[in-house]
Amino acid sequence: MKRSIIFWIGAVAFLVAVLLMTQIIGNEYPFFAGYVILQFIVLAVAWSILGGYAGYVNFGTSAFFGVGVYTAVLLVQATGAPLAVQIAVAAMVGALLGLGVGLLTLRMQGIFFSIATIALTIVIETSVTNWRYLGGAAGIQLARPPVTPPFHSYVQMLFFVQALLVVLAVAIARYIQNSWIGRGLQALRDDELAAECTGVPTLRLKLLACVISGALMCAAGAPGAMYLQYADPASAFNLNYSVSVLAMSLIGGTAHWVGPVIGAILLGVTQQLLAVTISSEVNVLVLGIMLVLFVIAAPQGLIGLFRKLTHGRAEGKA
Amino acid sequence: MDLLLDAVVIGVLLGCFYAAVSIGLSVSFGLLDVPHVAHPAFLVMASYAVFFLNDRFDIDPLVAGLLITPLLFLFGLAAYRLYYETFERRGSDAAVRGIAFFFGVAFIIEVLIILQFGVDQRSVTASYIGKAWRFGDMRIPLRLVVAFAVASALTILLALYLSKTFMGRAIRAVAQDEEAVRLMGANPVRIKQWAFGVATAVLGVAGALLIIVAPVDPSLDRAYIGRTFCVVVMAGLGSMSGTLIAAIILGVAETIVLTLFGASWAPAISFAMLLGVLAVRPQGLLGRRS
Repeated sequence: MKRSIIFWIGAVAFLVAVLLMTQIIGNEYPFFAGYVILQFIVLAVAWSILGGYAGYVNFGTSAFFGVGVYTAVLLVQATGAPLAVQIAVAAMVGALLGLGVGLLTLRMQGIFFSIATIALTIVIETSVTNWRYLGGAAGIQLARPPVTPPFHSYVQMLFFVQALLVVLAVAIARYIQNSWIGRGLQALRDDELAAECTGVPTLRLKLLACVISGALMCAAGAPGAMYLQYADPASAFNLNYSVSVLAMSLIGGTAHWVGPVIGAILLGVTQQLLAVTISSEVNVLVLGIMLVLFVIAAPQGLIGLFRKLTHGRAEGKA
Repeated sequence: MDLLLDAVVIGVLLGCFYAAVSIGLSVSFGLLDVPHVAHPAFLVMASYAVFFLNDRFDIDPLVAGLLITPLLFLFGLAAYRLYYETFERRGSDAAVRGIAFFFGVAFIIEVLIILQFGVDQRSVTASYIGKAWRFGDMRIPLRLVVAFAVASALTILLALYLSKTFMGRAIRAVAQDEEAVRLMGANPVRIKQWAFGVATAVLGVAGALLIIVAPVDPSLDRAYIGRTFCVVVMAGLGSMSGTLIAAIILGVAETIVLTLFGASWAPAISFAMLLGVLAVRPQGLLGRRS
């Protein structure tokens, strides 16, 4: 109970700080860069709900993200719906997509699920590419509506909205981790057959995790359309999102919700610096190498390393 | 109608080529259960090695493919050893990280290729590239015929290796029951390592075919994740004859869709078929497991 109070005080303090930043800092660049990092935090936390607690490696982050982007595009094109509606609808679409993917693939063991999620990404990307109304392969330009006070610019507003999504994602992940859902997911990750036999409703739990994770990923993608004022299938569904989010979660460590947050901040900042100073290729290279190194040498991620240092024992579970 | 017939003929040729690029995965993933997502990346890497030899020393791409085969074999041995020591030996949770490991390796290879060769498409030169055979109205590119011939030979050779030789049978024995092989006094890890080496070595010629059939670019491995896994899963994990049949089905399906609906749908076909197979018949056409 006490921990919950501390958590919520921290969350509110974070949001207030973000709101103050948007009021005080006039330069747009920090928000432009910060938005991407916040977006990756949401994606990484959402990924860990299925990938970390349940141990199902989802390569389809880009599918969910892209669907989020294009749900927003479709809504803007058809009805000119406001941002909040775009995000809410994207979350619903993401939940449905998660349910569909889950029903289709979660009966399979690990690798098949992973392959199926890549397949899904490409199938959806190709469908969007062939959908003229959404701009097709060439992409589509979008005009931002006027900004709502108290924000001075649209990017600042998006930054705040994404910060809200971060708090939402972390709160959900934290709730799952501490509730019977999280314990069930961890049980099925350790030994699915044993969990099933002791009465853990494994399929339902996996579906639930997949739905929640999908909804959060799509919600994180939705503001992306207005952020860039442009959307095209090749970049919205780029597999780089999948590998980035995978790397962030595994490098941070997936046993606790703090892991993906740390991983996303660390890699997100590194990526922003590298993209500005060197090139985006080197960016992906650094990401890939760090992913492989951590997977080999520090399987529990930074959290695991930290626990080893403080307890002297490696065996730490959340 | 003529167009459709064209599509079927080209599709069969293309299908045999798909069998050649998938057969390594059929061994590593189908028989050994290694979640080898980096297989297509290895394939594209082999293609670039062939491109380098062809471009710099003017070596025929097929010869170049044979030249790099021993290197790829050693690379495969080393890769499996690393995978085994870091993941398989550590047990349960390792599978998850094994997948992530190969995914990471695939991206590293892709970026290294971009840094070395750039993002442009690359192709090779040889006497049989650019010419075509004509049968009445039908026009078949000679490069596809060469790829078909070599691919069929490669697939059949590997299938014979697995069914007739001692080592080949040992590989299939490990796939069937690792514990029993251990009890017979053989070392399953060394057999698997050898098998993984063979699966990687095959990519030398397969990579040469890849760049003969069409120009390659660094991100081509993403498309081939769909094609190779579609073929291997549809085949039924580890079935060699299934691999050939599944690859031909995929080849024909791709060319027909291409003819009827246009090239923009092409990337999705293999992935959609893969999803379909996973949903309807995950054990594949000729599955070894029910």
